[in-house]
Amino acid sequence: MTGTQTAAVAETAAPAAAETTEDGYNFAYLDEQTKRMIRRCILKAVAVPGYQVPFGGREMPLPYGWGTGGMQVTASIIGANDTLKVIDQGADDTTNAVNIRRFFARTADVETTETTGEASIIQTRHRVPEDPMTEDQILVLQVPQPEPLRSLEPREIECRKMHAYKEYGLMQVSLYEDIARFGEIATSYSYPVMVNDRYLMSPTPIPKFDNPKLDSYPALQLYGAGREKRIYAIPPYTKVKSLDFDDHPFQVQQWEENCALCGAEDTFLDEVILDDRGGKMYVCSDSHYCARRRAEGHSGKLSGSAAAAYAAAVGADQPEKGA
Amino acid sequence: MYVAVKGGEQAILNSHKVIAEERRGDPAVPELTLAQVKEQMQLAVDRVMTEGSLYDRDLAALAIKQAQGDLVEAIFLLRAYRTTLTRFGATLPIDTAKMAVRRRISAAYKDLPGGQVLGPSYDYTHRLLDFALAAEEGVGAPQVDMAEEPVDESIPRVTDILNHEGLIEEEVAADDEARVADLTREPMEFPAERDMRLQNLARGDEGFLLALGYSTQRGYGRNHPFAGEIRLGEVAVAFEPEELGFPIEIGEITVSECQMINQFAGSAERPPQFTRGYGLAFGHCERKTMAMALVDRALRARELDETVDYPAQDEEFVLYHSDNVEASGFVQHLKLPHYVDFQSELQLIRSLRRRHDEEQMEAAE
Repeated sequence: MTGTQTAAVAETAAPAAAETTEDGYNFAYLDEQTKRMIRRCILKAVAVPGYQVPFGGREMPLPYGWGTGGMQVTASIIGANDTLKVIDQGADDTTNAVNIRRFFARTADVETTETTGEASIIQTRHRVPEDPMTEDQILVLQVPQPEPLRSLEPREIECRKMHAYKEYGLMQVSLYEDIARFGEIATSYSYPVMVNDRYLMSPTPIPKFDNPKLDSYPALQLYGAGREKRIYAIPPYTKVKSLDFDDHPFQVQQWEENCALCGAEDTFLDEVILDDRGGKMYVCSDSHYCARRRAEGHSGKLSGSAAAAYAAAVGADQPEKGA
Repeated sequence: MYVAVKGGEQAILNSHKVIAEERRGDPAVPELTLAQVKEQMQLAVDRVMTEGSLYDRDLAALAIKQAQGDLVEAIFLLRAYRTTLTRFGATLPIDTAKMAVRRRISAAYKDLPGGQVLGPSYDYTHRLLDFALAAEEGVGAPQVDMAEEPVDESIPRVTDILNHEGLIEEEVAADDEARVADLTREPMEFPAERDMRLQNLARGDEGFLLALGYSTQRGYGRNHPFAGEIRLGEVAVAFEPEELGFPIEIGEITVSECQMINQFAGSAERPPQFTRGYGLAFGHCERKTMAMALVDRALRARELDETVDYPAQDEEFVLYHSDNVEASGFVQHLKLPHYVDFQSELQLIRSLRRRHDEEQMEAAE
């Protein structure tokens, strides 16, 4: 991590201390003392990449499990001049992303954007953007379960010991058992990684497709787990290695089709069911990336008028419209 | 363009309108006032204050109204509000021996100093629906007769009475000056000390604690409880501002307290002695304090050299799952989209099935 970025993390938001946006609440909801406490934890997390720093997580006005950890991290680092992008499943327009973006627009009055390149902070759930991020940006990930060993060892005390001793044999054995039973490692998301050759870390439920991006990533990655009250970080350009075996190297998901809208061959694709007879298509999960490519003239097999017809059809019976 | 959830923002706003309409119900029926909730739904208010960790009857009533009577949702509302409040400091410990008692019972002694005071309780009501309450004209203003004698001003705690004989363990803080843990400011740490455990249990979901407490009675961690004492009443709250140097009374709150007496066989170092389980809640939350006391005692297994064999004794299990705001949020987060993870699983299961088919074919050949 660069020196300027460390300073940015520690000092961001301070000038906005006196401002209030939503009546009766401080800038970005949390009080300044709390934000300072969280920024200290973030600094510790950055100093020890992949280590889960316990922090005094606060109740947020959104439910636990819906991004309260990420929100607290964002609230602590955001300043009046920041531009925020919020995505969920890679998309800006999923309801939870909309809701969190609205929260910060309301409580911090910051500019928001859907363009990956324009954002200074991107809060995300379950995806790393397809477009590369830069050293000037921060990626905040919402974490439901920070402990990569939890599914193997439910006890916190034991897990902390295993991390302290760098005793990760259990995880290797579990991956090996997968290979023995299924012929491959049967973990498709939350795929465990080693950070800086020291700490085993859960990259949150991003698909393993996104794991390679974490390695030597130019942007600072901050991980916030609200319910479990842990913060961890991957500083820029840190080595992040997905666990594997010499004879079973780590592999990411591949699709036989391309994005039906923009034709992208190298993105994570969501499967969209078109009818009840098995008809389906694949589209980019990263909505901004897909839209940008289409604006640049790329097209998939379902472009133009066909896409419009599809939009109308799906839009007509989409469940969330009108609540 | 990828449209399955496009329009999310409008949908959310519309959903809020729908819920506002549903909350109001039939407009021909007069709207519920906060005073009505506060005065006539007192036990709901008490539970919301207790688990919401904020003693404010008006805000709790507001939360209940706003949540359409969904108490877990109301607790969440109160917690989210509480977390934004400025902290001036900590009050001095309340002294429940000096409580203005409205109810006080002991199942351990037939009679005892201060007497048994039944007070307000549904315990001995017949649970028959009272259709008088359904009558249009209402119940008027029922009044209870004054007792012939007032309740004693200061009623000694049963545990203190037992203590004279050394029959029960003494409860003294290891270090009176030590800071008390505060879960609302710092994360849980394991092994958790009793201050942290008790705070967690006090905020914990009544239903969860009830079931856990119940499990200890059914053999999953039996520790032979007696309801040593349950009391309900008002206690003074005193605060000592740093600049003043002496405590001032800033008000009074209603609390329920349960002191459970449990067996303990003793060990090489300690003679057989009763042990304690403790429960405390804002307002009248008797069931909660009893369940809390059972679970508190069960969680002391480590301290009392008992083997930890059952869920109620397992502090990580209990403390990590007692908070209904956390639990409700995480269970319901399953409603959030998981397209990406599900897509990953689809990819995986297809690949596993392909592999399975190939192996079957090979085997057949």
